[in-house]
Amino acid sequence: MAHVRALRCRECGRTYDVAPHYSCEWCFGPLEVAYDYDAVASSVTRDRIAAGPPTIWRYADLLPVDPTDGGLPVGLTPLVRADRLAEELGLGEVWVKDDTRNPTNSFKDRVVAVAIAKALDFGLKTIACASTGNLANAVAGAAARAGLPSYVFVPADLEPAKVLNTAVYGANVVAVDGTYDDVNRLCGELATEHPWAFVNVNVRPFYAEGSKTLAFETAEQLGWQAPDHVVIPVGSGSLLTKVHKGFQDLVRVGLLDDASVRISGAQAAGCAPVATAFAEHSDTIRPVKPSTIAKSLAIGNPADGYYALDTVRSTGGALTAVDDDEVVAGIQLLARTEGIFGETAAGVTIASLRRLAAEGVVRPDERVVVYVTGHGLKTLDAVAPHVGATATIPPTLDGFRAAFPGTTEG
Amino acid sequence: MAVTVRIPTQLRTLAGGASEIAVTGETVGEALQALDTAHPGFGERLFDDGGSLRRFVNVFVAEEDIRFLDGTDTKVGDGTVVSIVPAVAGG
Repeated sequence: MAHVRALRCRECGRTYDVAPHYSCEWCFGPLEVAYDYDAVASSVTRDRIAAGPPTIWRYADLLPVDPTDGGLPVGLTPLVRADRLAEELGLGEVWVKDDTRNPTNSFKDRVVAVAIAKALDFGLKTIACASTGNLANAVAGAAARAGLPSYVFVPADLEPAKVLNTAVYGANVVAVDGTYDDVNRLCGELATEHPWAFVNVNVRPFYAEGSKTLAFETAEQLGWQAPDHVVIPVGSGSLLTKVHKGFQDLVRVGLLDDASVRISGAQAAGCAPVATAFAEHSDTIRPVKPSTIAKSLAIGNPADGYYALDTVRSTGGALTAVDDDEVVAGIQLLARTEGIFGETAAGVTIASLRRLAAEGVVRPDERVVVYVTGHGLKTLDAVAPHVGATATIPPTLDGFRAAFPGTTEG
Repeated sequence: MAVTVRIPTQLRTLAGGASEIAVTGETVGEALQALDTAHPGFGERLFDDGGSLRRFVNVFVAEEDIRFLDGTDTKVGDGTVVSIVPAVAGG
């Protein structure tokens, strides 16, 4: 039984009944799920979680909806110790949370699983979203699995792989001539006249809670300890905000003793409204027109930008913006050192980790977790100009020896 | 300058249900103040205690977010359409 009390405005605190609503009628602030934490604390235990399924639903006590049967198996992705990456960056203990290993290969499977469970609870039978790609894949896959129709709205310039990875599930893919922010505005309008579950619009208060499971898993996989510092990619800012909330929730219900985790955020220089506000010590986030290869993070008007900024500041973290060359180098660095192929957002995150390590913000004495949230096969275009066949040879021994002299010496 | 302000659904009860209100002003800020004068109640919904636009209230002039322009100091001309839009969700 989900321990939800109400929806509450993050800005002015007004409360609302649990319904497919996402913004406060008074001040337009975003609504958030308000829990009965005493009830959660009285039911949840580490043993109960350990006895649960090997998916996000092992944390159902801390989520805003009861599990659905038969969904895709989402979550409990590997937390990999990354010693070679740490050595390259001059760090000590680094772990990679490899969320490429979800059913549609990104962390968005987590939020969609929660959103669809809640949509069904609300009696909504069509699943929709505004997406920069990963969410489109996740909605299409999960809707197919649930036998529900889906409509995904994406910017028309999206990577071809992300369009194909969506269309293959039978989703209605609507390519919109405009930026993600244009797509988002359109979906906001559509949500008012269609009885659909737009997972990141009218179901967003529930959907966003799914990201907390990245914090829950991290803590459990570290033997119920919090890391010292985490580095998280920032598009809308929701993921960063909710990972922080996830650690806080664990303390609040008694599963962790302390979670003074430093939270740092990673943006692409071509779309860095939150990192810019951080660098300028500003409380105002000015929207930008995105121009970056990291399309999954290309949100110029981030819905949770203010909260991400507050979280980074209050936890002693930092926000960085890395350019496209650094993004590609970041993808290659992670792949070369750890055998994990992340998408452009992962490149942003690894490049930011490198930058923060060089600046001494992320320290060698810290236990660091870096979140790799999507698979590199989705953004092959980004690396295609930079990697390829090492040599092209005739099908002869001589041909190989000529290209690779000395390899017989082992 | 005669300006048309588009009112979002959530605020229409303040304007007798109207979706558009005609006001006068030289800037976006003046137009919104005129709106509050004509239909008291708009001010506290759009502006915080310090007089700044609330963080999740977006205002567009001719389809452009005023944060890309000069904010509430953005000039408006005759026939300009100023839209009040709740912040988008998404992401």
